Amino acid sequence: MLEVTSLSKHFGGVRAVDELDFTVEAGEIFGLIGPNGSGKSTTVNMIAGIFAPTDGKIFFDGEDITEAPPHVTLHAGIARTFQNIRLFNNMTVWENLWVAQNSAEQKRTGNPLARWMGGSRRAAAAVEEYLDFSNLAHKRDELAGNLAFGEQRRLEVARALAAQPKFLLLDEPAAGMNLEEVKELDERLRVLRDRGVTILLVEHVMELVMEVTDRIAVLNFGRKIAEGTPAEVQQNQAVMDAYLGAGEGGSDA
Amino acid sequence: MDDFTWGLVQIVGVHTILGLSAYVILLTGQVSMAQAGFVAIGAYVAGMLTVLAEWHIIPSMITGGLAAAVLACIVGFPALRVRGLMLVVATIAFGEFVRLFWFNFDYRIAKGDIIVGPEGGEGFKQIRFFPENGWTTQDVAAFIWIVAAIILATLWWMDRSRAGKVLRAVGEDEMAAQSVGINLTVVKVSAFTAGGFIAGIAGALYAHYTTHIEHLNFDILMATFAIAYPILGGLANVWGTLFAAIFIQVIVIEVLRDLGDVRNLMFGALIILVMNFLPRGLFSAQVVRKLREWTGLGKTSDA
Repeated sequence: MLEVTSLSKHFGGVRAVDELDFTVEAGEIFGLIGPNGSGKSTTVNMIAGIFAPTDGKIFFDGEDITEAPPHVTLHAGIARTFQNIRLFNNMTVWENLWVAQNSAEQKRTGNPLARWMGGSRRAAAAVEEYLDFSNLAHKRDELAGNLAFGEQRRLEVARALAAQPKFLLLDEPAAGMNLEEVKELDERLRVLRDRGVTILLVEHVMELVMEVTDRIAVLNFGRKIAEGTPAEVQQNQAVMDAYLGAGEGGSDA
Repeated sequence: MDDFTWGLVQIVGVHTILGLSAYVILLTGQVSMAQAGFVAIGAYVAGMLTVLAEWHIIPSMITGGLAAAVLACIVGFPALRVRGLMLVVATIAFGEFVRLFWFNFDYRIAKGDIIVGPEGGEGFKQIRFFPENGWTTQDVAAFIWIVAAIILATLWWMDRSRAGKVLRAVGEDEMAAQSVGINLTVVKVSAFTAGGFIAGIAGALYAHYTTHIEHLNFDILMATFAIAYPILGGLANVWGTLFAAIFIQVIVIEVLRDLGDVRNLMFGALIILVMNFLPRGLFSAQVVRKLREWTGLGKTSDA
């Protein structure tokens, strides 16, 4: 479904991502892990269209989206969350979802002016569904900026879902969550997969990654050092070295 | 009410429209100091149409608005590449460019035994559509406020629609807005175009109630007023801009007229105070929410 081939991003002399290849199959939860600074977020930002790659290609559903800007990748069916939460803080929870649903609504109605109209009943009902799914229904009139941290993370995932994506890019959705919240997130991700949403999960919280993913790719210094099932990756010597050894520091695992 | 008071009603109406023109653009997080330039275009174009082409005020006003909108759309594209302080500088430069264009613009024709039309630095005199057609001061004031009401109502409706949320989303966080599928180019340029159109309308009304315009009317002070109203009133809704225009023009400028230049000082101090203590304006979402909680009025609705 998502195919990344020899993807590279250089910032000056720094090879943030170097000749990266991986393929995410439809319907799976694919983990992308690695020590801090290994190029995970850069990869996400290239897929989402924030950065143009220095080299390499990104295909989604067979279509080349390498150069597509963020709003185009979203329309293709890829929605995302951010490592450091980016909500519309001075809009309510409900409005955050309503505005994000805009593009799905345009696609459904085939009407580019759907955004100029008030919400149809059906659109409003869909927003309620995302609120319920994310357990935020009681906060709908709260300003997003006033939510607790865990709630903001949930809202960000809900906002990505409001665009009705086929593919979800989650950049460290469990960061800063307590174990109970991580467990809830785990359940939600499984529900989403069962609904047919493919997920690319960038995450440091190993309890989540090892539990929920089908396959994992491990990055270090911008290069892929291992790929396989969670069990395979855990046994991999190169992975253990990357996380524990070489004095690289910043290991969160 | 005497003519002076009616004159004040006219001024407040035009300034409300001026503030709304900046409000639309500010919603997307862009500060435009070019509003006075758009006002000038609307004023001169509409003035020439009623005086030289002898059109009615309404089509002239709309044409003036459209002319300003076209320019605003063209300005909107480079505005995509610069933001923050650089956008302020770029739009100031554009405003000055427009002002100096009119300073050098001379196009007069003989109409009966007088010569009319813009006369460069001397200004554009005798824009006498209203007196020639027997409109009283009250008629003009009513006309201005009908136009202001239509613009207020349109923007109020837009704010509540998804379009309003799209503009606000861009103003809140551009990267997040893109990630939910919003095309920044379309939204920012649309906001500039709409803001230009509204400013052009304000200019057309301004030219006709004063009957005499010159390039100096459209200086940096007018551009400052344009953004001051929505900044003071806050971006929670259009009423903040309306109240701020009334407050500044009636209280600060007229009631305190005896204070002379001290008023300019107060105007500046007011902006500094509001930006420090109520950075989202006197009528921000947070303040409105607090007021609602205290009074129990106007529960927020979902649609």
